[in-house]
Amino acid sequence: MRLGDAEDGTRAASPLGSSAQITALRRDMLRFAQLQLRDRGLAEDAVQEAIASALANAERFAGQAAFKTWVFGILRNKIVDLLRQGTRTVPLSSLMGDQDEEAGDTALDALFKASGHWNPQTRPKTWRDPDDALSNKQFWAVFEACLDHLPAKVARVFMMREMLDFETAEICAQLGITTSNCHVILHRARLGLRACLEGHWFAPGEHPTC
Amino acid sequence: MLTCKEASRLVSESLDRSLDLRERLSLKVHLMMCTGCTQFNRQMTHLRKLTKQYAAGAFTEAADEAKPPPAP
Repeated sequence: MRLGDAEDGTRAASPLGSSAQITALRRDMLRFAQLQLRDRGLAEDAVQEAIASALANAERFAGQAAFKTWVFGILRNKIVDLLRQGTRTVPLSSLMGDQDEEAGDTALDALFKASGHWNPQTRPKTWRDPDDALSNKQFWAVFEACLDHLPAKVARVFMMREMLDFETAEICAQLGITTSNCHVILHRARLGLRACLEGHWFAPGEHPTC
Repeated sequence: MLTCKEASRLVSESLDRSLDLRERLSLKVHLMMCTGCTQFNRQMTHLRKLTKQYAAGAFTEAADEAKPPPAP
């Protein structure tokens, strides 16, 4: 089915694509929302509302790419609202115990020698062109796997900061953690993600321990 | 003199707050001498860009491009 074809085979003026394309988009949006909210019901509601809102304004979009950008913008706003309300979202305290904290510290320490300098195996390497990754389906699968590999609390703070554009002060207040703890968590998230992405995409095989 | 662990922490924090003058200078001196942390600093720029693209739905467009052409 081509872009804009309706289910009955006629050419539709809609920039939203065929019903199959909308189904695929809904599935991707749901995965994204669930990653942020960790609640299937909340994620489904947010996606449903975002799509309904976008469909009501469908004529404003020149093409599917513009529509996607816009619908993801609506979805992010809905997720931000839900996290701010915080009524049904999974509380941070339940995401991670003290043991995970300690495991995280150990993982962080393993990246550096006792002197505080990079271990030879974990020292950042030159990355092949990151812009090439943007349009590569396999890259995004690796990206999601690397995100998923982070401890839940670390991932939550990172996603609030980098995907949902929360200021650090608001993240600390929302989650009841100190500013310095927030910075430690973000540092850990970035170190973990960069090592994972480097080992599995940007410079694979260059360091044996990743 | 900063260690790489401290320098990478400052690079990370510079994405979330303004570093003070002393922090900026010590980081600059460290980056001039350390290729690992210089790479880390570059990678953080890429990571932020990629993450923003992900959150804007870039992963769904990539999936579409990778699909085989539709059957006639």
